[in-house]
Amino acid sequence: MKKTLTTLALGAAMAAGPAMADLVFPDLSYRTGPYAAGGIPFSDGYNDYFTLLNERDGGIGGVKAKVIECETGYNTEKGVECYESTKGQGALIYQPLSTGITYQLIPKVTADNIPLHTMGYGRTSAANGEVFSHVFNYPANYWNGASGVVNYLLESNGGDISGKKIALIYHNSAYGKEPIRTLEELSKKHGFELIALPVDHPGQEQKSQWLQIRRDRPDNVVMWGWGVMNQVAIQEAANIRFPMENFIGVWWSGAEHDVMPAGDKADGYKAVTFHNVGRDFPVFDDIQKYVVDAGKAAGAGDQVGNVLYNRGMYAAMLAAEAAKTAQEIHGTADITAAMMRDGMEALVIDEAKMEALGMPNFGPSFNVSCENHGGPGLVGVTQWDAESKTWSLISDFKPSDTEVIGKLIEEDSAAYASENNIEPGCS
Amino acid sequence: MFYREAGDFKVSYADDSQTFPIKFDRYRYYVVLAVAFGLIPFLINDYWANAILLPFLIYSIAAIGLNILVGYCGQVSLGTGGFMAVGAYACYKLMTAFPEVSMFIHVILAGGITAFVCVLFGLPSLRIKGFYLAVATLAAQFFLVWLFNRVPWFYNYSASGQINAPERDTFGIIITGPNAPAWATYLFCLIFLAVCALIARNLTRGTVGRTWMAIRDMDIAAEIIGVNPLKAKLTAFAVSGFFIGISGALFFAVYLGAVEVGEAFGIQKSFLVLFMVILGGLGSIFGSFAGAAFLVLLPVILKVVGVDLLNWPTDIVAHFQLVIVGALIIVFLIAEPHGMAQLWRVAKEKLRLWPFPH
Repeated sequence: MKKTLTTLALGAAMAAGPAMADLVFPDLSYRTGPYAAGGIPFSDGYNDYFTLLNERDGGIGGVKAKVIECETGYNTEKGVECYESTKGQGALIYQPLSTGITYQLIPKVTADNIPLHTMGYGRTSAANGEVFSHVFNYPANYWNGASGVVNYLLESNGGDISGKKIALIYHNSAYGKEPIRTLEELSKKHGFELIALPVDHPGQEQKSQWLQIRRDRPDNVVMWGWGVMNQVAIQEAANIRFPMENFIGVWWSGAEHDVMPAGDKADGYKAVTFHNVGRDFPVFDDIQKYVVDAGKAAGAGDQVGNVLYNRGMYAAMLAAEAAKTAQEIHGTADITAAMMRDGMEALVIDEAKMEALGMPNFGPSFNVSCENHGGPGLVGVTQWDAESKTWSLISDFKPSDTEVIGKLIEEDSAAYASENNIEPGCS
Repeated sequence: MFYREAGDFKVSYADDSQTFPIKFDRYRYYVVLAVAFGLIPFLINDYWANAILLPFLIYSIAAIGLNILVGYCGQVSLGTGGFMAVGAYACYKLMTAFPEVSMFIHVILAGGITAFVCVLFGLPSLRIKGFYLAVATLAAQFFLVWLFNRVPWFYNYSASGQINAPERDTFGIIITGPNAPAWATYLFCLIFLAVCALIARNLTRGTVGRTWMAIRDMDIAAEIIGVNPLKAKLTAFAVSGFFIGISGALFFAVYLGAVEVGEAFGIQKSFLVLFMVILGGLGSIFGSFAGAAFLVLLPVILKVVGVDLLNWPTDIVAHFQLVIVGALIIVFLIAEPHGMAQLWRVAKEKLRLWPFPH
């Protein structure tokens, strides 16, 4: 108890934050630990896009964007510390890139009136904006991903997968468990058999799971992995000579660093995605010119154009566009977090806008509304080519099974609303 | 000069056996209590509560609990994370089943349930000792985490397997959930810590504590002089489990609000609390506080210095943190194997003689 005094003295030094002149975008990143391989490119993309806006356009609406990076190590306790230490500095939006931290932040951001954007992760039922007023997960969520995988399998099997065996190998955490409910519903609907195989954090031990796959001989393996788990799973699949083209991962299990360690054996591995891959977009020329060549790239600067770098950049782009929308709505360049939330809810992304941003056909067109925080949920499929070391889109962005997903979202968000005494509705 | 017994007369047995026999120590203790209860609640903000004070208070309770088992009774335990999970899940089930009951009662009941589970896993300690017991408690750690992941009843069948603390109050003041004011969560944890520390201190000074220490120092000799090892070991497990359960319940309900068992209560948690106890000082209540403060504050201080003052990249600072904490642990264990509590004790001895050491 004596130590509380010393901590108090120290606090006076820390409480003093910077002046709130910039638009602050905290980046709760993780560049260390077992999930760093995914955290680094995402964070680099997120940082670089804001650097690009500052260098090329002089910020957003004339106000400079400032990214405050805080290392979470994918750890929820550090995530809370990062949230508390950055929220007083005028944070406009949080994107923690961790489902665990998201669950922690959902009630907190709602109480603090700061929006939370969990693009393709987090709590899926947050798509229902009537219950989750401050949480957004456009343009796609886990259940879209799960349904997209099943749709792709349906398509490649001539529309019939009844009697097939599909194994789900998942990270044994809130993140990995999210798709199970949807996949169970879909297995009832389409008549396939689902085998769920959990892998414990951090995911280096998967021998027994792959032994079971070898014994059960499923027709397809679906993976919900992250961090080091992906690389191990793809290596193990190669070891038991599981055909790679029958192995399909969610969008968090489909980046360069996941397939590289297995070398040529990873050839043909597939993953779903909700945005385009590669660096064949005009925006990358600008990034090269204004950010990389100017020596202002985040991290080592070697991630440009990687799958997760693109995703981080896409997340930053959506945040910047929402900020612009908020500036238009409220007629002020110096927006607050509450205005940012309005901007996100009124966000319109169309092809003309994407074209103007130098990202034609990079992601879907969609309108966010109070009822729908989840976007259109279009899912494409990419495949890895080990020879040229590139991901390429093999199936275009297609809608997922909204009938099944909509019902599940309704159910889960209603449960959350009753647990927390939330009156659903749009104000 | 100011730190001595001269002139401080003891006129009754109660005076003679009080916790802080030296007047200066006693007043310092009252000042700390007054500041903690009377001043900090008025100054506290969200950052201070959630990033520094709550983890410090909660880990202190856990460290006191583990110190009773390891430091006083000599039973090595690596199951702390699992036992904290028992407290957290017990609290969650109670909170959701009886929403109208005060949080105080939930947390205390969660402690009681953990004490029971802890005694169950303590039964093997009657037959096995040392490293072998460590392995048995390690099994408890993995079993409990597996159990809470495996059985959906524990997380009320939620889709993600997470448990979320709903908003609950005590005497009309909101304690859990996002709308709880910082001062309320702080005071709630502080009350538990103060009471736990008081109980622990007085238990360890009395008969029960002496039987624990007898078992720790030499169990066969203790048995010969009439200490019942069954009773001594199991009471140690029960009391330790009670405190650890309380800390787990507070960790989940008040501090984090949403918990995933594998991540929050994994084996790292067991090691973290064990490091706190070892660094702070085995067999010392003050050591539990010092160890918890050290391991909670050090990463925050390193982050503030590295990222905010020196503007280093966050990953470099995070890696440095591992290096510095690791190096400090080694240095401490070599330079002062009895932990920070021993440094404090030596400092007090020196102060008594100062300024005229012989």
